[in-house]
Amino acid sequence: MSPGTWRGNATRWGRNHMAQMTMIQALNSALDTMMERDPNVLTFGEDVGYFGGVFKVTEHLQQKYGAKRCFDAPISENGITATAIGMAVYGLRPVVEIQFADYMYPGYDQLVNEASRIRYRSAGDFTVPMTVRMPYGGGIRGGQTHSQSPESLFTHVAGLKTVIPSTPYDAKGLLISAIEDDDPVIFMEPKRIYNGPFDGFHDRQVSPWSKHPASEVPDGYYKIPLGKANVVKEGEALTVIAYGTMVHVALAAATEAGIDAEIIDLRTLVPIDIETIVNSVEKTGRCVIVHEATRTSGFGGELSALVQEHCFYHLEAPIERVTGYDTPYPHSQEWEYFPTPPRIIKAMRRALES
Amino acid sequence: MDDMSRKPNALELHIPKPRARPGDKPDFSGWSFPEPGATPKPDIEESAVEMREYAYGLIRVLDMDGNALGPWTPSISPEELRRGLKYMLLTRAFDERMHRAQRQGKTSFYMQCLGEEAIAIAQTMALNGDDMCFPSYRQQGILIAREYPLVDMMHQIYSNAQDPLKGRQLPIMYSSKKEGFFTISGNLATQVPQAVGWAMASAYSNDGRIAATWLGDGSTAEGDFHAAMTFAAVYKAPVIINVVNNQWAISSFQGIAGGENTTFAARAVGYGMPPLRVDGNDFLAVYAVTKWAAERARANLGPTLIEHFTYRGGPHSTSDDPSRYRPSDEGRCWPLGDPIERLRDHLVSLGEWSEEQHRQAQEEAIETVRATGREAEKVGVLKADAPQPRAEMFEDVYKDVPWHLARQRDEMGS
Ligand SMILES: Cc1ncc(C[n+]2csc(CCOP(=O)(O)OP(=O)(O)O)c2C)c(N)n1
Ligand SMILES: [Mg+2]
Repeated sequence: MSPGTWRGNATRWGRNHMAQMTMIQALNSALDTMMERDPNVLTFGEDVGYFGGVFKVTEHLQQKYGAKRCFDAPISENGITATAIGMAVYGLRPVVEIQFADYMYPGYDQLVNEASRIRYRSAGDFTVPMTVRMPYGGGIRGGQTHSQSPESLFTHVAGLKTVIPSTPYDAKGLLISAIEDDDPVIFMEPKRIYNGPFDGFHDRQVSPWSKHPASEVPDGYYKIPLGKANVVKEGEALTVIAYGTMVHVALAAATEAGIDAEIIDLRTLVPIDIETIVNSVEKTGRCVIVHEATRTSGFGGELSALVQEHCFYHLEAPIERVTGYDTPYPHSQEWEYFPTPPRIIKAMRRALES
Repeated sequence: MDDMSRKPNALELHIPKPRARPGDKPDFSGWSFPEPGATPKPDIEESAVEMREYAYGLIRVLDMDGNALGPWTPSISPEELRRGLKYMLLTRAFDERMHRAQRQGKTSFYMQCLGEEAIAIAQTMALNGDDMCFPSYRQQGILIAREYPLVDMMHQIYSNAQDPLKGRQLPIMYSSKKEGFFTISGNLATQVPQAVGWAMASAYSNDGRIAATWLGDGSTAEGDFHAAMTFAAVYKAPVIINVVNNQWAISSFQGIAGGENTTFAARAVGYGMPPLRVDGNDFLAVYAVTKWAAERARANLGPTLIEHFTYRGGPHSTSDDPSRYRPSDEGRCWPLGDPIERLRDHLVSLGEWSEEQHRQAQEEAIETVRATGREAEKVGVLKADAPQPRAEMFEDVYKDVPWHLARQRDEMGS
């Protein structure tokens, strides 16, 4: 696979030096870049200040920009979300961290009833240019309250944008776009691939980001536009739609099975890049959707409906979904639960054989 | 008044800062506590309004030489105190071993309660055996004081074939209805209003049982804590709400949770609830305030908020390295000492205990934990391949397995 495919369609400004980064470092670099450029950008959340966040995404930002621009919040996701809304309404561009996506819910009311609708209900008078970052997903032995993938709880809300990167390069470019976006953006970080592109084989060595082309990240400002998917691997046999960690797991599955799959990394779930999906499925006629979240009412349901609506006459097989099971995320049975390559391969074979 | 506040650009965002960070000397200067024995003990019928001052004091019974002083000195036999001491030793030995087990890769996660042992244990002993507990993750002492089998705690931590929770929960997120120990949630403070609801149900049913619940200083910022306070006060629920102020919430000092200019006990004042603020490292004082609050609740006089003033002696969890955000000798400098040593000194001063007995009891605790550890590890430690039957994953999502789950179970295969 060529680095170009992984790079996608970034727009760059100025001269950028490239540096090798993990996803954590790339996210940190995005915040650093934006705090440097724009005094209205500030960041806060539980443990993000002096400590730099439990995953170290905000490391050194307090030392560099002062406590006023990078600080600890009380343990109230409700308070974090609501005060970020207030700041955004004032005209700042707050970027808040929810320590784990599993802890978003105390602030959910503020997202669903407030952040998402303030533009609409004020007829554009007030706007909420805030970014809510949160690590999500399993495969880290986190049990049911450190493993959830609640993206469909956000994609279902009109007025919110939902973004999920899958590489360091995308993470930085997308986070910068999210921060500059004038609407509230939910920015979900696949924590299983913070340090390396996990391929779903828990018993194999995980290669570090440094061996992956998309760990070459410009140290300055660049953007990856929201709403644009990335075809990370072209193929003819079938289309796999994925995002976050599952992009790498799907790639590994295709490689393992020797299937000529075209793999689409959505990058932005809402607003979705329908064109890239339609082009691909019209070409291949077969579609496998992969996500880690539970199946029922998961984002895969929406994807499946979209493919059916747009590509019905091109489909040669039923659309397949490979997802987490409809149970809470178990601790000991993590690898039975996680949608591993063997499950994806089975679904790809079904799609090819029917 | 100086006119600063009227200048147009006088505003500046305030961010609380702790007194000491790594490299600094621990700083407890300027802290003053009431003398042991100095705080009067009100009648359990005292009105919340009259009790406001308790929010800003500190109830202490033991002085630093092990003498019990003043009206809060509980009537508790030396026999019971020795039992409490042994539970604390057992808890500490258990924590030490399980923390190490995680380091050795035998499980994914562990949380100690180092330095906070007196709270869960003295409180459990002050409650009735059938009172209902809604703990956070740092009250393993409740299970130990209710003599829940240590080996079952280990099975849970190892997610092994005999884990009573079937490998579903993160280590230490125990559950035992039999011991009146509510299933621990990883989501902070959710248990607090649930405890209030349980207590309301107990009152509704003319029951004699009360509820007790625990949360950390940091967790009091969650809305759930405030909902709990409101409902408990409105309905006079028979519940004891315990804030364990161990000074830290992961890397955030208690000022970030709102403790910079007031106490956590003072939260009760606004809700019209009696506050008690107690030295959490003083077994006798913790026992006494809990007895007081339990009696009050059982007499249908409503809830009490207790702030336990203590220090988190260890890392937040095995995922944490506190030397990155606080001086590593801060715990050793804690002005209110260690709860185990303080109870030991008290028993020694009563002539009811000796250094030699203490050493022996310590060894016994370590040996018990070691033997239990071997037993649990024989059953198994956490492995990539779960010992639980695969189909078990789909049980208990609902009472009955609906068709779509049955189908997923069948697709998964065995
Ligand atoms: C709703 C929610 N938000 C955040 C977290 C992450 N978290 C776990 S423990 C913790 C700190 C809690 O501190 P405190 O309440 O003081 O309890 P302590 O750990 O000191 O006993 C945080 C932020 C969580 N578990 N749940
Ligand atoms: Mg705390």
